[in-house]
Amino acid sequence: MDSALIPKGANRCPFPVFATGIAVVGVVLLWGVYAMGLCWIKGLNQTNMNDYYGFALWIWADLAVIAIGGGAFFTGLLKYVLGIDELKNIINLAVVIGFICYSSALLILAIDIGQPLRGWFIFWHANVHSMLTEVAFCLSLYFSVLTIEFIPLILENRQVDKVPFFHNLSHNMHTAMAVFAATGAFLSCFHQGSLGGVAGVLYGRPFAFREGLLIWPWTFFLFTWSAAAYGPCFTLLVAKMVEGITRKKLIKDNVIHLLAKISGWMITTYIVAKIIDTIYWIAVTAPSLGFSVMDFYTDNAFYGIWILFAEIVLGGIVPAVILITKKYRENSKMLLLAIILGVLGVCLNRWVMVLQVMAVPVMSFDTWALYIPSWQEVATTILPVAYGIILLALAYRYLPMFPQEKELSTEK
Amino acid sequence: MLPNCFEWAWDAGHFLFFGGMWYTIIILSLGMTWCIFKTIMDTVSGKGGDHH
Repeated sequence: MDSALIPKGANRCPFPVFATGIAVVGVVLLWGVYAMGLCWIKGLNQTNMNDYYGFALWIWADLAVIAIGGGAFFTGLLKYVLGIDELKNIINLAVVIGFICYSSALLILAIDIGQPLRGWFIFWHANVHSMLTEVAFCLSLYFSVLTIEFIPLILENRQVDKVPFFHNLSHNMHTAMAVFAATGAFLSCFHQGSLGGVAGVLYGRPFAFREGLLIWPWTFFLFTWSAAAYGPCFTLLVAKMVEGITRKKLIKDNVIHLLAKISGWMITTYIVAKIIDTIYWIAVTAPSLGFSVMDFYTDNAFYGIWILFAEIVLGGIVPAVILITKKYRENSKMLLLAIILGVLGVCLNRWVMVLQVMAVPVMSFDTWALYIPSWQEVATTILPVAYGIILLALAYRYLPMFPQEKELSTEK
Repeated sequence: MLPNCFEWAWDAGHFLFFGGMWYTIIILSLGMTWCIFKTIMDTVSGKGGDHH
């Protein structure tokens, strides 16, 4: 039915099977859209946020998708600016994932501001003393970069590519891609960092507050570094999931191992910095503000010291060791374990730096704010996942996302 | 925001934020303009072959 649109030489499932899959995920998407509509029409009273607890579940999702979407800017930097040519075989996937993650992040922010019609205020009535203004600027501009990076892939669709103008445009955009990729890397460094900076400058919240360099707390650098380190893990995880679902080998092992190795060394350096930061925070920063570290992990039903252990050891040290060790990295099960732990680790880090920060009592009369999201928050948080699955499925079906697919299927 | 807006101030914050924003927009716009212009020239001259 749609075979004329499918890349030449690629095998795809029959259209009715594909359409059924899209319809099933589409139901989840519609549930999320309904909840989003409620938040826009009835207001943020649809959430369980209040004056005491001002960050909804979706803010964690927002920071998490931005972190795991970091694979796009970092892989783009490696491929187009540093010239690591093997990564051309995975860059399309990284760009599609980045596009999904950043469009989801913007969608979440559009829900979070409550009145999306006033979204442009942040550009026109900008508070230039706010790190979140920098985040908004860089996020919007980087999404433009990702759109520009995504366009050539769309233009390479079998039918679109037949039009000479689109064919030439795709070629010319590839030629100029280094400029766009460098711009994207610059923007990403700042908005990833500023998201960390938002937590680090909260001097009234000793759980998050950090010293730093000039106006930038250490969390600024840790967030940028962790996005570059763990983003490729998510790209690899999605690649493995697509390969698993389609039961096809789509990317050669040498490409996977190269990106895994780079990610492993980035995680290693990041986690060393994170451990130093944590030790300094435990020994100096928190005590100087009148807290001992166990104040942040006791007297509540959820946030125990296990969360610190899980973030640093299970989500940091373990994947780092696996990914930098050739023997483990080249074992497919160990590799899968490492990238799953890596993705969970960075998501847990964002959870801690957003939700636990708000939960920890600050004043002597405060209690832990253990917040339970409303169903509308859960639905709007799942919405980007459903949207991402649909867009990824469409891109896989109709666009030449994996340049090595044909060669690998012939080898088989 | 542009300097003709009543909220504009000639201070470092506005220079950095809006300077960076407009600088990036100009880079992206010029890059895309170059791509589209070259594509028009290539298409008019009948170019197009195997690449990527």
